[in-house]
Amino acid sequence: MNKKRTELIVSALRSGTVIDHIPSDKTFQVVNMLNLEETESQVYFGTNLYSDKYISKGIIKVSDTFFDEGEINKIALVAPTATLIEIEDYDIIKKHRVQTPETVEKIVKCFNPKCVTNHQHIPTRFKVIEDHKGNMKLSCHFCEKTMSKEDIRFI
Amino acid sequence: MNLKNRSLISITDYSKEEILHILDLAEGFEKDQRQQILNKYVVASLFFEPSTRTRLSFESAVQYLGGSIVGFASADTSSVKKGESLKDTILTVSNYSDLIVMRNPLDGSARYASEVSPVPIINAGDGANQHPTQCLLDLYSIRKTQGALENIDIVMVGDLKYGRTVHSLVQALSLFGASFHFVSPESLKMPSSVKTWIKNAKLEYYQYTDLSEAIPKADILYMTRVQGERFPDPLEYEKVKNAYILENSMLDKAKDNMKVLHPLPRVNEIKEDVDHNPKAYYFQQAKNGVYVRQALIAAILGLK
Ligand SMILES: [Zn+2]
Repeated sequence: MNKKRTELIVSALRSGTVIDHIPSDKTFQVVNMLNLEETESQVYFGTNLYSDKYISKGIIKVSDTFFDEGEINKIALVAPTATLIEIEDYDIIKKHRVQTPETVEKIVKCFNPKCVTNHQHIPTRFKVIEDHKGNMKLSCHFCEKTMSKEDIRFI
Repeated sequence: MNLKNRSLISITDYSKEEILHILDLAEGFEKDQRQQILNKYVVASLFFEPSTRTRLSFESAVQYLGGSIVGFASADTSSVKKGESLKDTILTVSNYSDLIVMRNPLDGSARYASEVSPVPIINAGDGANQHPTQCLLDLYSIRKTQGALENIDIVMVGDLKYGRTVHSLVQALSLFGASFHFVSPESLKMPSSVKTWIKNAKLEYYQYTDLSEAIPKADILYMTRVQGERFPDPLEYEKVKNAYILENSMLDKAKDNMKVLHPLPRVNEIKEDVDHNPKAYYFQQAKNGVYVRQALIAAILGLK
């Protein structure tokens, strides 16, 4: 029942972008990260939906909107499993996983209280790196401190 | 080799060749310190927090070269106190000077300043982050006393967890193939990020808690301060504080070529009876800082 409903939501989009397989508890965060409250396009989203692969997932669809790759990849910070589907005339024209970006600008706060970005009006800038165990980390361009995923706070 | 108009924020901004170039220039200034090449130049010295030693070293470097200095020695006496942003201070001061030397308590402030400033910045310490001229003067002192930077055995002692000086020095010496010996209390051990750096450079490090065990290995014995306030438990500090104090008698087993370095100021981690030992090099080390800063200023202004 639930499954059928999910498919309906996706197929109802004539043209635009579907972001699928978002972890349920991150759906609202992704909505915020993409500034969807400011768009004039139609936005539908659902969360706690049934999926074959994941216990529950969120899905967002935005009509008549195609995101810039650099813009959309930042959601990989919270939803690395998310899939992007671009649709035109009810046909899927592109489908791929989000890519972890190389840099993250302006959206994340540096966790170091003594970092200059926490004291002056300076847009933050981080390099995305991997530690020797393969964990994703953010390295602050300014204070050179490295923070792990758990320390990430969005501005 | 062109260092002209390039800021120096972190020692990793320089390649091995660029580091060696600065050390070679510094040698020239040690031989002939009073070269009047900075006439007509103005250097700004902006110390947002006091650091008398570093400030005097920079200012003496400028004056030996015949240059002029403008600036302030603490944020209390500057417009910063009135709430001016760092960006505005830098943009204003860059109108009055050819080069800015900056010390600031905030981590990353120097990198930011270098990105907004039309004139080059030399970082004289940004919080707990970087202090590259200290690193250069350490390298100069090591090369001068050991004849070369390649493959030395360096023993680093004290607060290895928070000490930015030792972290930068490890990074820089890794370019030259050193062996590292770390002596510290359990709670102030070298962080894993620095050890990873050493591993990636395919070099070796050894860890000790006993200072006398490490001393015979050293070409360079690099002492740092163990600060009581770093310990969550004052009792633990009491237990270890005397274990990392160097006394003259402990140097009996040292190699002939060994020298003792310390970034200064020292508190009690080197007993005064060490000062008369020919192996004590820390005051000469501080003097080398002036030559190195002369070299850096001359290179960045394109005068050498
Ligand atoms: Zn930072």
